[in-house]
Amino acid sequence: MTLPQEIAAVIAKDLRVEWRARAQVMALVAFAAVVLMLFSFAVGPDSTMLAKHAGGYLWLAMLLASTLSLARSMQTEVETGALEAMLLAPLRAPAIFYGKALANLAVLLLVALVAVPVDLVITGAGVQDPLSLLAVLALGAGGIAAPGTFYAALTARVAGRQLLLPLLLFPLLVPALLASVKATSLAMSGDAMGQMSSWLILLLCFDLIYWSLCGALFEKVVES
Amino acid sequence: MTRASYARTRTVGLALVVLGMLVMAVGHGWGLFVAPREAMMGDVGRILYVHVPTAWGALVFYLVGFVAAIGTLWTGRRIFDASTTAWVEVGTLMTMLLLIQGSIWARPTWGTWWTWDPRLTTSAVLAMSFGVVLLLRRLIDQAGRRSMATAVATIVATVNVPIVYKSVEWWNSLHQPMSSRESIDSPMWMPLMITSLGVTLLGIGLATLRTLIELSRLLAEEAAPELPELPDRLSLTRPEESP
Repeated sequence: MTLPQEIAAVIAKDLRVEWRARAQVMALVAFAAVVLMLFSFAVGPDSTMLAKHAGGYLWLAMLLASTLSLARSMQTEVETGALEAMLLAPLRAPAIFYGKALANLAVLLLVALVAVPVDLVITGAGVQDPLSLLAVLALGAGGIAAPGTFYAALTARVAGRQLLLPLLLFPLLVPALLASVKATSLAMSGDAMGQMSSWLILLLCFDLIYWSLCGALFEKVVES
Repeated sequence: MTRASYARTRTVGLALVVLGMLVMAVGHGWGLFVAPREAMMGDVGRILYVHVPTAWGALVFYLVGFVAAIGTLWTGRRIFDASTTAWVEVGTLMTMLLLIQGSIWARPTWGTWWTWDPRLTTSAVLAMSFGVVLLLRRLIDQAGRRSMATAVATIVATVNVPIVYKSVEWWNSLHQPMSSRESIDSPMWMPLMITSLGVTLLGIGLATLRTLIELSRLLAEEAAPELPELPDRLSLTRPEESP
């Protein structure tokens, strides 16, 4: 098999697993929605305040939901020895990484598909620039998926993994979070100063760096 | 590593620590009593002599840790693994000190303990990122996996430093202008150089000693007999979690 074929096979497998355990995915989506509700309860019913921070709530909900889905996606591989089986198949380590990261990206986008309307309804924010919002969602979710998949694999066999994964991931994601929140807010409330493109470029650079770095280092992670 | 070379290295490490502290004492004596007062900030400005060297130390020590981490992945040798930990640990110590000093300085100068200045925010993210690397290391029992995880996480955390700085700079520049870097006058330059040298020597000494400790820990771990594994039913993992 060529590398793209291997990647496609891993994506197909992961999405099949997600589909067969779709209650889990539903629970994840519900979790994101509940988190969004909680943010508005915590802030109070001040509608201007809520609309102003709609982008921030959205990405925090995405971030919190992502650690759950990322940890689970690696857990199934490690628990059943599926990771070894894939390596023996033989699949190349980068193929496993890119396949799983893309599948995780798909799950995150599914979460976003529900979280964005919920966020808009709860906060009363509008969308001025839907096209840019889609771009931000794809790039932002991509920024979470690659390092997330990577660190999930790194911590999959460690005792305190539920805690370690977010601890490792969140400081790393600071640039992606800043850029995603800024760009989302601009897409929602209008981009008067023309700053959107610089945030999107920052996100794109973040994605490029981590999709390549994590892909290169993944072999070391699964080797040991 | 032989017993003799261990003892020799330890002596060198201790000597560097003592030398570093002496040099720092000279530099601070100069900075506190001889160098002129800072025109705008007054005596508060004298924190320069401890703050700038600490920042310099933190960055340099992380960078050495990064190089050692690459060495670990490349060669898999114990010495690189031990020194990665040592340098990252000393770097994290410096970053924590940096944050504390910065807050103490910011209170009388800016009237607040904390602002979202790019350098401040980057330091805080640095302390978090590398602190978690050390935590991760403690939680992994198996030696091979531990050295790999430490190295990989160190590399990723280092790569992230410029990205965090750039993004926070952009993020913040839309709110408030960045504080300008003070240019340093020549009578202040000398004590600054001396304290920087002191911090560097102290850091090298501490990291050398810490490498030795880590190295002996790794060797002891290897020499210790393997304990038999617990049968599944007695183990603490839930049945569905065991492979």
